[in-house]
Amino acid sequence: MLYIDCPWCGKRNETEFHYGGEAHIARPEDPSALSDEQWADFLFMRKNLKGPYAERWCHSNGCRRWFNVIRNTVSHEILAVYKMGETPPDLGPKKGEGV
Amino acid sequence: MAHSNSDAGAYARWNPGRKQGEPMVKYSIFTIARNAMTSHKNWPRQWRSPEPKPEYDVIIIGGGGHGLATAYYLAKEHGVTNVAVLEKGWLGGGNTARNTTIVRSNYLWDESAAIYEKSLQLWEGLSQDINYNVMLSQRGVLNLAHNLGDVREGVRRVNANRLNGVDAEWLDADGVKEFCPIINISKSARHPVLGATLQRRGGVARHDSVAWGFARAADARGVDIIQNCEVTGILRDGGKVTGVETSRGTIKAKKVAMVTAGHSSVVANMAGLRLPVESHPLQALVSEPIKPVINCVVMSGAVHVYVSQSDKGELVMGAGVDAFNSYGQRGSFHVIEHQLGACLELFPIFSRVRMMRSWGGIVDVCPDASPIISKTPVEGLYINCGWGTGGFKATPGSGWAFAHTVAKDEPHPLNAPFSLQRFETGALIDEHGAAAVAH
Repeated sequence: MLYIDCPWCGKRNETEFHYGGEAHIARPEDPSALSDEQWADFLFMRKNLKGPYAERWCHSNGCRRWFNVIRNTVSHEILAVYKMGETPPDLGPKKGEGV
Repeated sequence: MAHSNSDAGAYARWNPGRKQGEPMVKYSIFTIARNAMTSHKNWPRQWRSPEPKPEYDVIIIGGGGHGLATAYYLAKEHGVTNVAVLEKGWLGGGNTARNTTIVRSNYLWDESAAIYEKSLQLWEGLSQDINYNVMLSQRGVLNLAHNLGDVREGVRRVNANRLNGVDAEWLDADGVKEFCPIINISKSARHPVLGATLQRRGGVARHDSVAWGFARAADARGVDIIQNCEVTGILRDGGKVTGVETSRGTIKAKKVAMVTAGHSSVVANMAGLRLPVESHPLQALVSEPIKPVINCVVMSGAVHVYVSQSDKGELVMGAGVDAFNSYGQRGSFHVIEHQLGACLELFPIFSRVRMMRSWGGIVDVCPDASPIISKTPVEGLYINCGWGTGGFKATPGSGWAFAHTVAKDEPHPLNAPFSLQRFETGALIDEHGAAAVAH
């Protein structure tokens, strides 16, 4: 089980949280202007990276707020936690690879 | 043998492979009797371990069940034998070795029913076809219904299956109890059993045998199976595939077929492709061996349980996926805890059985819970992925359809609906509800 550091509540068990998938997927400014291919890319295509991965979590059984996490998808180590709207922190050339 | 790490070297010494040109020995009661004369010391290796050639007609990335089946059917059905299967670890060491071995074809939608039923029909003749006992045991698969929604969905699926020529029956709670006497059908249960769908032709097969059997049969038709050979790049020239970079050097190829399950996004990214799949851990566990108590497969999508008993007597159980993306081949304990709680509710008789092992595999899940067997925007590059939590049952059918796609450069009607384009056209095949969580 992961031990996730909620930016508002502190460290809690993973079972208090819900997963929200890949972070920083911007909703299209003008959805009706997109081609089918671009729409499919926005809706379905994911980086699904092996290694550090920026993803969203919601503290659904706590403060109910969303936030971002950078987690290594091989070791499950949580490398950074930051709030919605913030840019991902620079983890250095090695750890930040692939984010 | 040019192996880099010591494990691989040890494996290669233990399993040096059949010599080039040495014929495959057909397995039969007579060869068993003949080998008994020499205390079974002279059995030949089941397949060769050749050095990679500089060029192949087709390279298959991934030596799991689906990749090996693809190689076998390429050779058998299409006469394409200048084929290499590249496996980064050892044969069938990924999800082929980590699933709960359930085989069935009772899917809701026409497209799914067609390809899974083709697969089940191939299963039914597979041991004879590849001269290898895959221990298919058609003991019947129950999919339980716990609420009114489940009941309606189950009855609908039974009717849909019958229209598609797939055997299916609806059992009420007493019928379920009769078919599987140890199940708790008490009305006061947290998740009461209101009924179940039954596919009598469903059951289990021996997972390792499937990988080894397909490997041996493909090898006998000239396919090179190359283990400890990790693909690190996909070579292209003007939008056309020309080969692969591997940990054992560059290998050219006219066509490249990717069958890498949990690592599909990683491999596809080498060719600049984005996929709609996400990789999650899926866990399974086995109990200590006990006397026979359950003679069928019981699945419950609603409470995330699927149980059968192996020939050794272990209860084989599967859990749900972890919510987060992972390549770690291990899942969280709370997922197992949740799953076992539901399991004990259904089977109180298991309360003092001890669990012996648990493990995880990495499954590649599509947004519509259906696979992708498709051409790609890169010419000569093909992909077979997205089987998610239920790929084992599809092993022969997946390989059969993918071999057709690769050999003819166009999909077979069976897998045409499972294209990569469906995410653009919107023609999704939503099997989330019908196939439920438990596959």
